[in-house]
Amino acid sequence: MTTISLKDVKKSYGNLRVIHGVSVDIHDSEFIVVVGPSGCGKSTLLRMIAGLEDISEGEVCIDGKVVNHLEPMDRNIAMVFQNYALYPHMSVFDNIAYSLKIAKTSKAEIKQRVQETAELLQLGDYLDRKPRQLSGGQRQRVAMGRAIVRRPSVFLFDEPLSNLDAKLRVQMRLEIKRLQRQLGITSVFVTHDQVEAMTLGDKLMVLNDGRVEQFGTPVELYQKPRSIFVAQFIGSPSMNIVPVSEGHRLPNGAVVDHAVPKPQHTGELSLGIRPEHIDIEPASDVRFLIEMAEQLGANTLIHGVLEGSSAPLVVSLPGLHTLESLDASIGLRFQPENCHWFDTATGDRL
Amino acid sequence: MAGMVERNGAGTIISHVGLIFGIAIVCFPIYLAIVASTVEQKDIVSPPLPLLPGGHFIENYKKALLSGVNIPVWRMLVNSTIMAMGIAIGKIVISLLSAFAIVYFRFPLRTFFFWMIFLTLMLPVEVRIVPTFEVIANFGMLNSYTGLILPLIASATATFLFRQFFMTVPDEIAEAARVDGAKPMRFFFDILLPMSRTNIAALFVILFIYGWNQYLWPLLITTDPEMNTIVMGIKQMFPSGDDLADWPVIMATALLAMLPPVLVVVFMQNLFIKGLVDAEK
Repeated sequence: MTTISLKDVKKSYGNLRVIHGVSVDIHDSEFIVVVGPSGCGKSTLLRMIAGLEDISEGEVCIDGKVVNHLEPMDRNIAMVFQNYALYPHMSVFDNIAYSLKIAKTSKAEIKQRVQETAELLQLGDYLDRKPRQLSGGQRQRVAMGRAIVRRPSVFLFDEPLSNLDAKLRVQMRLEIKRLQRQLGITSVFVTHDQVEAMTLGDKLMVLNDGRVEQFGTPVELYQKPRSIFVAQFIGSPSMNIVPVSEGHRLPNGAVVDHAVPKPQHTGELSLGIRPEHIDIEPASDVRFLIEMAEQLGANTLIHGVLEGSSAPLVVSLPGLHTLESLDASIGLRFQPENCHWFDTATGDRL
Repeated sequence: MAGMVERNGAGTIISHVGLIFGIAIVCFPIYLAIVASTVEQKDIVSPPLPLLPGGHFIENYKKALLSGVNIPVWRMLVNSTIMAMGIAIGKIVISLLSAFAIVYFRFPLRTFFFWMIFLTLMLPVEVRIVPTFEVIANFGMLNSYTGLILPLIASATATFLFRQFFMTVPDEIAEAARVDGAKPMRFFFDILLPMSRTNIAALFVILFIYGWNQYLWPLLITTDPEMNTIVMGIKQMFPSGDDLADWPVIMATALLAMLPPVLVVVFMQNLFIKGLVDAEK
């Protein structure tokens, strides 16, 4: 039973503030993914929870206890690093056992717990090997084993999958998810990959420039992005953002479909629509000039511009299409229930 | 075969002749010393110099080792070994610890201290020999192993080397150890030290030879022949007056003085290469 709560946590290096007050409550056994572009402060935030980085202002509580001034080992956390950080001169067994040795666990218990962990991670045959004799995926598992063997109350992951190839990444992603479910340990996972974030997290925290843009379930973030930033960051391919002028006209002069609910708002508006929420409607005023087609198998991404303007648009059509199989100019229909309105100036959802 | 330049037969012969000639120039004096240590005194002093080994090898070396000129050579070998080991191990221990402090701890004036250590690179023993002698003499350390070893034990070079190595160790490893609960010294002994073993082996070779070859310092602070080291001891074997130098014994001593550094290089080279092969990645 472990909860984590951050209360207005800030971090500054000298005069440079990198985390601008993050507050969040993480419930027991929840899997939280912190996602954001590089340099947004997500790793710093994780390291502050771990105790590897000082907290400039605010409080980090684990199980209701302020841990700001506790050493990492006293916070009962375990961390998996991006480059695995295995001890190169120690065997897999010793790598996994090291924290137990320091905690002066008895030899018999160390042996038993390392064996258990190794079996859980299918590392049983590799216990005598050195890290350099292992493949990337195996090293990743050893790093996981090192974290699991301590039976910590919190798992922290710092982009642990970014050094693996695509196939292995998907496999390890599932494994991490399965392990976390099985062990029920509260986890915080940092990544810049939004697919990883969507698939792993019970809840996502989108971080931008040291601020929380949105915190919620993956579906919430996908269906109701709170800002243009979140809208474009979550989902692949990313959401189209089209500027809309006076009289709800698109850049090419066409009027947005009457079915689309329009906000009562003065000022510049932007319409957000995901590529998968656009249909072909031959009779529509909204004409689309096709420039390029990317065939993904199950669907095809069509890149182009709104006819009569230079506003780019991406449309995802089910099935396979080529430039030749489609007309150069097609009519589009934006699904009204899947349109998002944003204030262009602030980027906020309306 | 893999060479970029095709060689014909004549080129190979010429380059080999050149190489063999060079080796001969280097090896000839050593060969002469070996010859001189196996003949009798009278064979050396009457020209021509003998060029083939004589039959007194065992006799000369026995004489050198057990009685020597002033003091038995085995005694000087023991002294030299203690001094060289003391200097090499002492330098490695001190520089490992100071590099550890400089790289992994943030304390006031850290950079200042680093540059102070670095500055001592410019002050070899010879420059500070008078004040150092004064200090050692006042501490009553003349004619002692402590006096031989202590002033030579601080090493800016080794500190700098270990600092550079520690900086290449990923921060994540130190952090992982911290999360695992290792306190700084535990991290040092369990992780940093084993990871540095190749560097330590390489430095040991260099520092052992440095210590072994010390001449001026032992000459200054050892007045008791019992404390002579072998490198300075060879010089002490030359008679001051009209006495005849006992060349066969001196040559035997010189060759004995060469032996330990050669053994260290040969033995440690194995370990060094093993270390390189074992190194991660």
